[in-house]
Amino acid sequence: MFRLLIRKGFLSIALFLSALVAVNAQHEDHNGHAAAEGEKEFNVGDMIMHHIKDDHGWEFAHGLTLPLPVILYSEDRGLEVFSSSRLAHGEVYNNYKLEHGKIHRLTADGKEDHSAHLYNFSITKNVASLLLSAIILIAVFFSVRNGYEKNKGKAPSGIQSFLEPIILFVRDEIAKPNLGPKYERYLPYLLTLFFFILVNNLLGLLPGGANLTGNITVTLVLAVITALITNFSGNKHYWGHIVKPTGVPLLLLPVIVPVELVGIIVKPISLMIRLFANITAGHIIILSLLGLIFIAKNLGGTGTGFGVSLIVTPFTIFMNVIELLVAFLQSFIFTLLSAMYIGSAVEEHHHGGGSGLEAGIEPHH
Amino acid sequence: MDLLTPDIGLLFWQLVVFLLLFFLLSRFAWKPITQSLKEREHDIQSALDMAEKTRVEMAKLQADNQKLLAEARAERDAILRGAKETADRVVAEAQNRATEESKRIAEKAREELQSERQAMVAQVKREVIDLSLDIAERVLRKELSDKKSQEELVKSLVAESRLN
Repeated sequence: MFRLLIRKGFLSIALFLSALVAVNAQHEDHNGHAAAEGEKEFNVGDMIMHHIKDDHGWEFAHGLTLPLPVILYSEDRGLEVFSSSRLAHGEVYNNYKLEHGKIHRLTADGKEDHSAHLYNFSITKNVASLLLSAIILIAVFFSVRNGYEKNKGKAPSGIQSFLEPIILFVRDEIAKPNLGPKYERYLPYLLTLFFFILVNNLLGLLPGGANLTGNITVTLVLAVITALITNFSGNKHYWGHIVKPTGVPLLLLPVIVPVELVGIIVKPISLMIRLFANITAGHIIILSLLGLIFIAKNLGGTGTGFGVSLIVTPFTIFMNVIELLVAFLQSFIFTLLSAMYIGSAVEEHHHGGGSGLEAGIEPHH
Repeated sequence: MDLLTPDIGLLFWQLVVFLLLFFLLSRFAWKPITQSLKEREHDIQSALDMAEKTRVEMAKLQADNQKLLAEARAERDAILRGAKETADRVVAEAQNRATEESKRIAEKAREELQSERQAMVAQVKREVIDLSLDIAERVLRKELSDKKSQEELVKSLVAESRLN
């Protein structure tokens, strides 16, 4: 305990010192003493954003980029497909230019053409990762399926016995308690959702991996699908609960009903933001920690960078392990909450309970 | 591509790929997998139920056997008891009959004895009568010859006869 305290104290002092050095160095920069020598200045914010955002081309390491297809649709030119390597390093191809991750069409004088409506369906880094995860999921679960056919009436083996407890967990701990007797109808969706999020969370943790589940578009689609399933399978109790909650005084109805109606929208939004924020935040923390090394190197030379890396690396490893936990936790939570929302919509007669607003975890029935 | 604004291209791909994935996995993975799991659970459950049923049946069978054994024992006892009773009765009857027979035989013997004696007495009486008649004949014959000796004879005869 005491040793831990000492270590913590030492680390905080080291971090504080490195911050001081950073401020000092920046001061020097402004005075022009250590001006950038050809190399552009290292910017942690840009580096982090570059890593967590989508991109044309998949950069595994600096200078090692896998070009991906760019697919553009515009009303005047129709469908255009070309490699993202043609737009690399700010090059212009067919009047297209890649700026800040966005593809613009240029007018004849080299300005951005705002009149052209471009629809970008490119296979970006995230789409490529999405396809990769789909292939992985299909390969893995088809082999698991084959395992069940091969070992019919026998004990599971190999990857089948590894994934079976997880499948059973989703079925017995997520689907059954929240959906009741109709769980079988929604189990395929919940299983797909759980494993899709889990695999993409884990792929995102790999070095060079895309930040797919930390992308608001992806979580938006997942949340909207859950919301659609919830509201389309909502029975008369569900809608009755929203339009005319039982046991609520008549005077309170003008307050409660709008709140319940807002709840229909808020639930998927909470799903969308929770997954996006958790995964993105994890990536930002790890990247910030690693960024410290390069800040230190830029300011105090290679020696300082090496020194800081000794401190930062254990932290990064620790954060990575936490992120591993978060990867499982967030896929579990997203699936659990989806099951709860659907469950509240398909539930046959139910008395008491909350207002149906809470997004927290309800105790199992 | 900003952090918080959804991107139409990714939205399109995510929707298409996720729905396709959902369809493929549901049809070719989740359905057979959950079906197999259910079947296996059902098999295990039915095996357990079967074991339980067999156990109950075994217990019942054992109880039945016990009952049967007890019944057989009771029946054996009853038979033995009945046999003993019969034997006792037979013996008692035989004894009674023997007693009666012996009594009857004794009675008969007595009766025979009685009748024989009576016959004997009758015969003796007859012989006595014959004898008396014989004597009387002889006396009568002698009387004609000697009066005195006749009297004496009668006297002696009378004395003799009185002895009987």
